[in-house]
Amino acid sequence: MNIDSIKDGIVIDHITAGKSMQIYHLLGLDALRCSVALIKNVNSHKMGKKDIIKIDTDYEVDTDVLGYVDPGATISIIRNGKIVEKRTLSLPEKLTGVLTCKNPRCITATEQELSHIFFLSDKDAGVYRCLYCETKAEKPTL
Amino acid sequence: MRSLIDILELTTEELSGLISVANDIIDHPQKYAEACKGKKLATLFFEPSTRTRLSFEAAMYELGGNVLGFSEAQSSSAAKGESVADTAKTISCYADIIAMRHPKEGAPLVASMNASVPVINAGDGGHNHPTQTLADLLTIYREKGGFDNLTIGLCGDLKFGRTVHSLIAAMSRYKNIKFVLISPEELKLPSYVKKDILKKNGIPYEQTTDLLSVMPELDILYMTRVQRERFFNEEDYLRLKDSYILTPEKLETAKETLSIMHPLPRVNEISVAIDDDPRACYFKQVLNGKYMRMALILKLLEVEV
Repeated sequence: MNIDSIKDGIVIDHITAGKSMQIYHLLGLDALRCSVALIKNVNSHKMGKKDIIKIDTDYEVDTDVLGYVDPGATISIIRNGKIVEKRTLSLPEKLTGVLTCKNPRCITATEQELSHIFFLSDKDAGVYRCLYCETKAEKPTL
Repeated sequence: MRSLIDILELTTEELSGLISVANDIIDHPQKYAEACKGKKLATLFFEPSTRTRLSFEAAMYELGGNVLGFSEAQSSSAAKGESVADTAKTISCYADIIAMRHPKEGAPLVASMNASVPVINAGDGGHNHPTQTLADLLTIYREKGGFDNLTIGLCGDLKFGRTVHSLIAAMSRYKNIKFVLISPEELKLPSYVKKDILKKNGIPYEQTTDLLSVMPELDILYMTRVQRERFFNEEDYLRLKDSYILTPEKLETAKETLSIMHPLPRVNEISVAIDDDPRACYFKQVLNGKYMRMALILKLLEVEV
């Protein structure tokens, strides 16, 4: 299978196999008008299988969202066909507008205009809690 | 400008400072009689509360300040659909400090993010109630002379009881503390409290459904009410509400130095026959709550006496 290499754009590599579609939606890539290649189950020496997303435009990836969903992924910035920068990710300290608090007793349940904000409460276990009520976040599913 | 939303926002040094001021207020009330003259406390109570609201109001009056506010959501603009953020911004124009109780968890935090004056969380649903914990801590300090080397029994509703969670978090900072968790199966302490606080800090604890079997080892027995408003289901409430009732007979094996505490209001979980027992501390807790709220108001308003 051939996918053209990118001249100026972004490659999100080392995505856990099967997560690329979730990342595609969470990053809002469906709204882009440029070419976006979503490649699933690529053979990987390190990971066995991995997914890759190639975005054929200069695009600022939300690293908080990506770091939350798949902290092992990497971002490569491509300029004139060459990698000019590589970024690794980590779990963000705070997530705004990514997760929704499911606690019916939380203030966000009644005040719709409030941003849903979660903070990293346990780095080792990757646990996020609602800033307002401290309810544990559920991983987003699509 | 600082607020108090969660008891853990206070360092142990700050807690010691508040206890020291509260003790000084108890010993020298006249010294503080005009400390907040010209200052106003707004008590924004979106759900009913007798004790906490009156305690805040008494605290402010005893500091020489004034009080304004409301005691139920129906008499506020919330009934017209005003947001907590807008209420906080508005009240900031009238008052120097806000005490807020709200049925929704996190509402006082939202208020503190929008107010231009300090906000004190006076209880947000089943979540936090830091000034109750301040009352509990002053009581423990005055009864026991400090916070170290104590076996603390927590009895009743340990699942929904916010005061219990806050007290565990606050007491876990001290040396040689042991918790005995006494509750029916359905109202056990949530696993995240055990994991995030007790196990994380290496605090020993035991869980039991039998109050009598652990009574002799307790230095403090903290009773709680099984609260109707925390249940979605009336049947569950009725089945569990009488699970643990403390009577003089049950205290026969208790230490002479035991301190019996309760955040109040009680329904029937402590027999009135115990009220005259010198080990009963729950009405002292009420009084201590007022002194700690006075100390907290002084601290947040940055008033030096």
